[in-house]
Parts: sequence; structure tokens; C-alpha cells
Amino acid sequence: MLEYIRSYLDSNVTPGVAGNVFWAFVYIVLIFLGLSIAVIAMNWLERKILAHMQIRLGPMRVGPHGLLQPIADALKLLIKEDIMPAEADKFVFWVAPLIVVLTAFTVFIVVPFGPTHAVTDMNIGVLFMLGVSSLSVLGVVMAGWASNSHYPLIGALRSSAQMVSYEIAMGLAVVSAVLMSSLNERGTGTLSMIGIVQAQQSQGTWFIFKFFPLGLIAFVIFAIAMVAETNRAPFDLPEAESELTAGFHTEYSGFRWSLFFLAEYSAMIAVSSIAVTLWLGGWLRPFSNWLTGSTWDLVFSLFPGVTFLILAAMCFYSTIRMPKHPYFRIQTMGLAGFGVVLALIGLVLFAPPVRDRVQDIYWFSVKVAFFMYLYIWYRGTFPRYRFDQLMKVGWKVLLPIGIAVLIATALVGVMF
Amino acid sequence: MGADQPGDRERTMSDSTGHISHLELGDREQTFLDSNELVINMGPQHPATHGVLRVILKLDGEKVLGTECVIGYLHRGVEKIAEHRTYAMFNPYVDRMDYVAAVSNGLGYCEAVEKLLNVEAPPRANYIRVILTELNRMASHQLWLGTHALDIGAITPLFYTFRDREEVLKIFEKYCGARLTTHAFRIGGCLYETYEGFEQDVKKFVDFVDPKIDEYEELLTTNRIWVERTKGVGKISGAECKALGVTGPVLRASGVKWDLRKAQPYAAYSDFEFDIPTGQNGDTYDRYLVRMQEMRQSLRILRQAIERIPEGPIMAKIPKVLKPPVGEIYHSIEAPKGELGYFIVSDGSTQPYRVRVRPPSFVNLQALDMMVRGQLVADVIAVIGTLDIVLGEVDR
Repeated sequence: MLEYIRSYLDSNVTPGVAGNVFWAFVYIVLIFLGLSIAVIAMNWLERKILAHMQIRLGPMRVGPHGLLQPIADALKLLIKEDIMPAEADKFVFWVAPLIVVLTAFTVFIVVPFGPTHAVTDMNIGVLFMLGVSSLSVLGVVMAGWASNSHYPLIGALRSSAQMVSYEIAMGLAVVSAVLMSSLNERGTGTLSMIGIVQAQQSQGTWFIFKFFPLGLIAFVIFAIAMVAETNRAPFDLPEAESELTAGFHTEYSGFRWSLFFLAEYSAMIAVSSIAVTLWLGGWLRPFSNWLTGSTWDLVFSLFPGVTFLILAAMCFYSTIRMPKHPYFRIQTMGLAGFGVVLALIGLVLFAPPVRDRVQDIYWFSVKVAFFMYLYIWYRGTFPRYRFDQLMKVGWKVLLPIGIAVLIATALVGVMF
Repeated sequence: MGADQPGDRERTMSDSTGHISHLELGDREQTFLDSNELVINMGPQHPATHGVLRVILKLDGEKVLGTECVIGYLHRGVEKIAEHRTYAMFNPYVDRMDYVAAVSNGLGYCEAVEKLLNVEAPPRANYIRVILTELNRMASHQLWLGTHALDIGAITPLFYTFRDREEVLKIFEKYCGARLTTHAFRIGGCLYETYEGFEQDVKKFVDFVDPKIDEYEELLTTNRIWVERTKGVGKISGAECKALGVTGPVLRASGVKWDLRKAQPYAAYSDFEFDIPTGQNGDTYDRYLVRMQEMRQSLRILRQAIERIPEGPIMAKIPKVLKPPVGEIYHSIEAPKGELGYFIVSDGSTQPYRVRVRPPSFVNLQALDMMVRGQLVADVIAVIGTLDIVLGEVDR
């Protein structure tokens, strides 16, 4: 058994490419679990970070610092009455959230958390991701239609128009990154997610800095388009609360609604991981060309452990600051226990064999987490675009710039 | 939803917009999806209609072809109640009309009855009135800013403005025990002398909130999305405002320099120096800027009032039982939302024969249809927000 695991750990291809069904299955389960935890954590973090931006505390009652709030919410959603509007198209209403959630999870098949840490490595990985994630608009339209109600219908119309328009700008930005990956002796690029990161590794720069500022502009276009693509603020028109109450999922409640919620957050993580893969060097650690040598390698490999120790320290600090009243005893103990768990994870991450193997996953997650923070930040600061302005930004600003960057990248690539 | 109630409502909508087109569909049952025009009920339960306003929207896609406001969901018969209460007993009721600017309501009513009785509040009472009313104007504008920004999608300013509005409410609470429906003034002056440290509290508030207004402006004034969402939206000219009777910041943002505090000074307003901020374009952005400037002007008035507040009695000599002479009076003040007028008819008894309120929100709401026709659904939200209506005052 141990031998088997070790033989896998030393292999240098993804389980999908190796044709190893068992490991592929293990990866799918791991990604599903990790994603669910990430969505739960994201839910809590969003509420806390947004709350602190807005000078309030956010959830504080369920568990210490509201740590158990997402679990309580999930439980509430699961045991809620399953309501289906009498006038709704039953089958479509039933199938719409499934489509949305399925597409949101399926894209993670090709997301490379490390050179070997992906379910599979397709040679059309980027295409697969964009294609599958754009299928979710189908679920949105179906949800809006099947509800047989005005607000969801307008929400669905808006979101289909929005997602389709921004996909074009997004695609152009992606193509320019793919073009950059073809700058090697063979002169052929790749659409494989792993291949693109490896191209950045061999060219010695992340694509965001390549042909400065071309890479940066393409990245910014993608970063804007991906917010629109996931229907988040300031492009959250399909679910604009003040206009359309809740947009396409107005009529949904309970478990079905939670599927939309789950899909929205995993879609955010999915597009963020595309951005990280294409422009921010995927799993590569920062300064991998400047700060070289075994010392720097060691320093950077300590980061995962240190991160968890810092989190643990924050937990312990909060434990000290908890009220001393007996009512809070269980919460205080829980928080301390959480801190201990984090500290233990941190210590385990310092062990050399673990340290080297989690590095790539760690850097990938950190970069994605940065995008997640951006999402929350946008939501806290920006008003919402109007529909015509949204379209204007998509078609009249992002699209021409995208084409220009693509042409410029091609020209510069040919010249050098 | 609109499709549930065809017939009368449908017909009024088509009349008001001039045309209606229903496709010929043969035997199939018609649904709302079959016509190009969509009738949507926004409200009375809707997050952005500020209470229980119901707006029937006729849409062509996202474009608004016409609107119709249905009001009355919050009707409490305030004016009728007045006919069965003595003048003093009716005083607390007016606080419940525009509940976010209760002090202004009370001021208007008290001054109207004082005019009817032919008494004048002593100068110190007038100063206290000005201070509380201007504090209330701050609170009202802050609440407007927070909710207006929230409607347009900026969720953060709401919390900033509520944090600062809290300071105003604390002063009210210390002064008279109530935070929202204060019943701060009495006919003939004020009931309560200022509490110890009132001046310092107000001064502290003024110094505290001045940089906070910069903070709101930092979030919004130059924010690209905010400017795009508000510039050119819900335009109304000064002449149109006058024709509809629209007053307050909406009128001033259209370039008409009309403020009752200057035009017909009441209370102690003639003692203070302040400007009337005006806009030029009469769009939502100008209305936003005008209100932001008004907040600063309010602070200016507060600073002067605190400096110059005189000593003396706070209550004029008025009889225990109020029996105004037979006659009628119209008195109006500049409430945060516009001209708030009271028309009181006295038959010489202890109870008013008739009280008619001219609420700014109700009159301003008339402009909604004109301002949003031809614009998009999202603009309706922005315009409802920028009109700064309070349904308690619209319905009374």
C-alpha cells in the first residue's frame, strides 16, 4: 500500500494522463471535498471581511467569531421546505440548478494545483474550461424561464447577454496568453493548463510580466471579464438585489438555492484559477528566477508552515481576548482547539518530505485566495453598473483592447 | 404580478403610454411572454422602493415605457385624526409622517399653530429649534445617502452613514429621550431646556462628521461607476419642477435657487450665514452633489448657532387650553425633502377644524414618471432613491 502511494508520488504525470482510474477517483474526491471546504470558508471570510470593511463585526454568535455560521446556514438550507412554484415548469426548474452546479464543478478536472496535481491534463485544457464554464449560462436561463415569473426572467435575460458578451473579451485575453506560450524553439503553443505553466517556467517569467505591458493588459481584461462572467459585483446585474430582488433565482429556496450558491462560489474559484494558471505562473513560487539557490528554496518552502502558524497565532490571540464569562467557556475552548489544529498542521508542513510536496499546491491556493479577496473588495467598494453600461464596457472597451493586445502580442512575438 | 390582473390596470397602463401591442396568437392562451411589453409590479414589497411604494412599470425589454405609482399602503389618516385631537395632542402625530425627519415636521406644525395663536417662540427656543432641525437634516440626508447608494449597488456607504447618524440620534435621545419620533418641540417653544453638555455634544458632532462627509465623497463622488450611473439619469428642468410643484434639493439641483430658510426665514434662520447649493443639470448626480453640499451648510449653521445661542426663557406665554381665533393659516418650512406646509383651519374651538399637510415627498413623487420615461429599469431605482421619498409622508 505504502509502496503504491510512494510510486504514485514519484510519478510525474497526472492520473488522468497515466490512465490510473483509482488515483483519478481519489483526486476527484479530494477536489470535491477541498472545494466544498473552500466554499464554506469563503462564505465565512466574505461575511467577515465585508463586515470589517463596513465597520461591523459580521457573524459572531454561532461558534467563536461565527466560525460555525456557514455550517449552521447550510443546515438551515438543507432542512428547509422544498418549494416549487405552482406555475413553474417542474422538470426544467428541477434540472437548472443541477446544470449550474455540475458545470461549476466539472471544470476543476483540468485545474493544475501542481505539475502532477490535476485530475487530468488535456491538451485542450483551457478550451475545456472556458467551454464547460460557459455552459452554466444554460442553467441560468433555464432557471429564469422555468420560474414563470417576471423578475427571474429579466434576470436570466440579463445574465445570458452578459455572460455571452464577456466571454468574447475573455477569450481574446486567453488567446494572447496562449500565444505567449508558443515562444519556444518549436514555435508551438499549448492549450494544456499544465503546459502553459511549464512554458512560463521555461521562459523564466510569468505571463503577466511578459512583453510588459501587453501581458498585464491582457490579464486586466481577463480579471474584469471574469468578474462579469461570475455575476459578481460590480457586474451582479442578473441578481441585482435592489432591482430584481434576487434575479434568476428569486423563486428558488432551500437546497436548490444553495446549489446556485455553491455554483457561484466554485465558479469564482474556477475562473480565478484560470487567471492564476495563465498569467500568475500557476503553482510556481514567486521570484523563482531571481531568488534562486538552495537557501531561497528552503525559505520559500517554509511559507506553508509559517502561514498556518500565523493563523494559529491569530486564533490563540483571539482566545485570550475572549470574554471570561463561563457562558463563553465552550466557545473559548473551541477556538483554542481550532488554533491547536492549525498549529499542528503548520508543524506537519515543516517536515521536509511534506514541505516539498505541498509547495505547489500552497502557492496555487495563495494566488487563488488573492483573487477571492479581490472579489470581496470589489463588492465592498463599487456600485453596480447599469445594463447598457455593462454592455458598453464589454463590447466597446474590453473587446477592442483585447484585439489590439492580441495583435500586438503576435507582432512582438514574431519580431523577437 | 402584473399578468395576474389584466383589465382595468392593463388598460390604464396602455392609455398612459399611448399604445399597446398584443400579438395575434390564435387559440393559444396568452401569457405575459407573448407581448413585447412587460408589465411589472415593483413593490409594495420590494427592497428598493423605500417602504411600501408600488410602481407599476411598463417595460419593453429593459426600457421603461411608462410608470404608475400606487400609493396608500401606509395611509393612517393623520389629517383626519387631527380633527379629533386638541392642538397640543396632535403634535406627536406629525412626527410619524416623515419619520426620518421628525423634528422638521414638529417644527412646521408648532410654528403654524403659533402663527394661528399669534404668539412667538422666545429666541433661545428658536435657536434650539434650529440646532435640532439642522441635526435632523443631517440625519435625514445621511439616511438618504446610505439607502440611495445601496439602491445603486454600493453597499458600504450605508454603514458609514448609519454610524454617523447614530451620533445625531444620541443627541436627540439625551435631549428629549426619544431617538426617532422625538416630539421635541411644543407649541410656543420647547418643553425641555438643553441638557448639560449639549453645546459640547453638538460641537463634537460637527467636528466629528465634517471629515466623515469627505469620506462619503471619497467613496462616491469620483467613483467612475457612480458617476456613470447617476449622470444624466432622471433629468428634470427647473421649469418642469415648478410646474409639478417639486421642491427641496430636487428643485435646487435643477438650478433654481429656492430655499425657504432664505426666502421666508422662519425660526432663527435669518441670523445665520449660509449658502444655497444649486446644480445645473438637474440629474441624479447633481442632486447628490447638492445634498452633500447641504450637509456641509447644515454644519455651518450648527457652528454659528452653537456660538450665538442666547440665554433666556424657552417657552412663550401661552394659555393652558389652546383656543386659536377663527381663521386659517398656511405655514411652510424647508424640510430636508422640500417644502413642508401645514394648512390649518380653526373654528375657534380646542380642536382644529381641518389640517392639511403639504408633504414634500408626495409632491416630489409626481415627477417620477416624467423622469424615468424612456430610461432603463435600473434608473427607476436610482430615481426613486434620488427623490428621497418617505412613504409615511406620502401616504400620511
